[in-house]
Amino acid sequence: MSVGIILLCHTALDRAAEAARFWAASGAPVVIHVDRRTADPEMEAFRAALDGVPGIAFSPRFACPWGTFGLVEATLTAAGQLMRTHPGLDHVYLASGACLPLRPLSDLQDYLAAHPDTDFIESVTTDDVPWIVDGLAMERFTLRFPFTWQTQRTLFDGYVRLQRRLGLRRRIPQGLVPHLGSQWWCLTRRTLLSILSDPRRAEFDRYFRRVWIPDESYFQTLARLYSTRIESRSLTLSKFDVKGRPYTFYDDHLQLLRRSDCFVARKIWPQAGRLYRAFLHAGPTGAAQADPQPGKIDRLFDKAVERRRMGRAGLYMQSRFPAQDRENGKTGAPYSVFHGFSDLFEHFDGWLAKTAGGRVHGHLFAADRVEFAGNEPVFNGALSSSAALRDYDPRAFLTNLIWATRGERQCFQFSPRDGQECNRFIATDANAQISVISGAWAIPLFHGDGSFADIRAEAARLQRIETAHLALLRGAAVKARVRIWPLAEFLEGPMENLQLILDEISPRMPRRLSEAPRMVALDGFGQFLQNLKNQGMQPTLTGDFPVSRDWRPQPPARGRPYLVR
Amino acid sequence: MRLWDRYRLRIRRRRLRLRSLRKGRELSAVSVHPKAIAAAGVTLAATVRNERLRLPYFIDYYRRLGIGHFLIVDNGSDDGTGEWLAAQPDVSVWRTTASYGGSRFGIDWINALLGRHRHDRWILVVDVDEFLVFPFGDARPIGALTDWLDSCAIRSFPAMMVDMYPKGPVSARPYREGQDPFEIASWFDSANYMISRNPLYGNLWIQGGPRARVFFPDRPADAPALNKIPLVRWDRRYVFVNSTHMLLPRGLNFTYDSAGGEMISGCLLHAKFLSTFPAKVAEEVARVEHFARGREYRVYAEASPDQTDLWCKWSEKYINWRQLEILGLMSKGNWA
Repeated sequence: MSVGIILLCHTALDRAAEAARFWAASGAPVVIHVDRRTADPEMEAFRAALDGVPGIAFSPRFACPWGTFGLVEATLTAAGQLMRTHPGLDHVYLASGACLPLRPLSDLQDYLAAHPDTDFIESVTTDDVPWIVDGLAMERFTLRFPFTWQTQRTLFDGYVRLQRRLGLRRRIPQGLVPHLGSQWWCLTRRTLLSILSDPRRAEFDRYFRRVWIPDESYFQTLARLYSTRIESRSLTLSKFDVKGRPYTFYDDHLQLLRRSDCFVARKIWPQAGRLYRAFLHAGPTGAAQADPQPGKIDRLFDKAVERRRMGRAGLYMQSRFPAQDRENGKTGAPYSVFHGFSDLFEHFDGWLAKTAGGRVHGHLFAADRVEFAGNEPVFNGALSSSAALRDYDPRAFLTNLIWATRGERQCFQFSPRDGQECNRFIATDANAQISVISGAWAIPLFHGDGSFADIRAEAARLQRIETAHLALLRGAAVKARVRIWPLAEFLEGPMENLQLILDEISPRMPRRLSEAPRMVALDGFGQFLQNLKNQGMQPTLTGDFPVSRDWRPQPPARGRPYLVR
Repeated sequence: MRLWDRYRLRIRRRRLRLRSLRKGRELSAVSVHPKAIAAAGVTLAATVRNERLRLPYFIDYYRRLGIGHFLIVDNGSDDGTGEWLAAQPDVSVWRTTASYGGSRFGIDWINALLGRHRHDRWILVVDVDEFLVFPFGDARPIGALTDWLDSCAIRSFPAMMVDMYPKGPVSARPYREGQDPFEIASWFDSANYMISRNPLYGNLWIQGGPRARVFFPDRPADAPALNKIPLVRWDRRYVFVNSTHMLLPRGLNFTYDSAGGEMISGCLLHAKFLSTFPAKVAEEVARVEHFARGREYRVYAEASPDQTDLWCKWSEKYINWRQLEILGLMSKGNWA
């Protein structure tokens, strides 16, 4: 059993020479194709470096701009030459100058011997390829591509659009079913000879000359005509990024590559000296019989693609600054907003911290300063409690806080007295849980001093603000989990309502609420609201609050005063 | 973007280009190695003034990163900086005694040198107290990064400044020549940065960090800008507009993804808050050569600089680039 290598090179020829020597020294004949666009001095140095090395030959040179037929032509010529000069070959392996053999040739030979008559070539119909990036799949075969994508981009795109609009289509030669796949393959002598000596080859070549990126489809399609057994995967470890460019391996990938047990990897950064030393000049380390296991490397690169496309939810930084509503998650973690609760209950934040856990802040958006939990002057992420700094960019303040405290749920108090700049942002954030007791802002007014005229004006102002906020919270674009109770309605069953919220915060919390937060005194509150009405200011958000009924704060908790079953 | 704005920016770019040609004539070559400059993979360009103490570590740090050659403008140093630099084999030195403010804080000189020597090559422009950290920088040289950027057709690489500070007053531990400044100033703020977009130039404007927290809590708008784009595949038509905060043409400023993904970025660890800080403040306040007539330095001077203590309970201690990546200050993008 023996295998021959075709090496396609265009840059970093010194590394290509190193790989070629390795193959040849292990007993695999190598035919090297160098892009005609490579400068002559480089080419001469390359030739000189490999001069007289047995088993290495050069094939006629073609110009191979990316995505053109040149690469296929070069491969066909090199394959013909290789099989003519080495009639005993069973397999031909197509590799590039940036490929690095990871295992001794004998491993590959054994592997191929165990799979005789098998063509290792990734070959997938156009309907089944998820990895096409440019949006051209079947159209690669049915449109014409006379322009180079890299240098004549505008013409390329324009001509594609024109053909689409005019409905122009090429006829695919009879008998061909378009297949796509990695351009790096290992074919059997029989299949390759069949392709080379096909009586219709001239027709196929003419057709593929105008197909886009034929090196990913020529052999992949034709192999389907002749192969008796196709193993649709590449023996070369090669991953592509979002834009269809191959990933590069560096010195720090050494262990990863070793453990992958793949035969060949591409592409290698030419200056990754440690990789070349380890794989070309040191002895073998892996198990000789192991099958390739590219899974781990696949995961690493898949994660990189994911990061590039989706990013980390809730992160705003120098190289990720999503436009509004394109954030893939506006904040980094769930959090809760308690609107009006601190007006109705005394020391509500302390109670909440004890009951629900997490971090409970006061009014983060209070006018004079940021009320961090425990009245800290600075908080996680070194966020300052300066109101001016916060108000300079309130949205950044909130997203920073949630980002910096990932893993610990944040809760904060809110009221129409606070800064309202983030309302839309929070309402459209799926991580937010907003609980509103509407009209609760009236309670501090009721307890406060001052002339009634001032109170009346303030009540009107707060009501206006809250009405706008509630309209937002009832809007169609809301993604947050929103609960709104008018004050009177909330008071009908405060404990059930609190329980509802807390169950959502920590669904696995086994305990039922035992201790109630202390409610402020509401004696005469109904009359207060009536007075506002009498002055011509209609409090619409408190709900239906009877004048006569006096609300008494619940008695301090004794044992379990309230139990929901 | 309106046609008129495009036209305005084009005019501005041309004007800055001409200006840099004119200001470039203020530079006189001290020891310049044109062949080495042309051959180097990535070169670093900087303007320095009396930085004899800091330079040895600075040059050494960037040599280890894989910088091939240094282009240094010595702006009238009198502490031996010029002599030390001229003795380095991989440093080209130009000298000028012209005004720092007059060359827009050295950026005209840098534009001139880059246009002259580094057309179509990678350049890194930093100050002597800025230390670039990039993804995989502990295992891969900077050439690996620029090769990868080339393969992705990315022409510019952002690295925001991360202000580093010691625990306790800055003057408590004196900085010695050759010392790693982050042995002393090893702390930073992890998540108090504010970002907005410059609609005309397209770049992000980042403020925050310890300077905003301590010196500008009442007027955040005056807090210094932290966004930088220091690594660029240069072209003689390009110009840095305002320090390395932004460039023209404006396409170079789009170093961020606005559809939710992460692009690649690094950080510039900023070793400003060392024992050298109080003297620097005193000098700059007297010299009035800095941005906005040294407004920033006047603020520092009012805050008794030798007692400056930026540390707080939530400060983060620097470990490595992976830490910065996890905290979200920089990103690997799709480099793996």
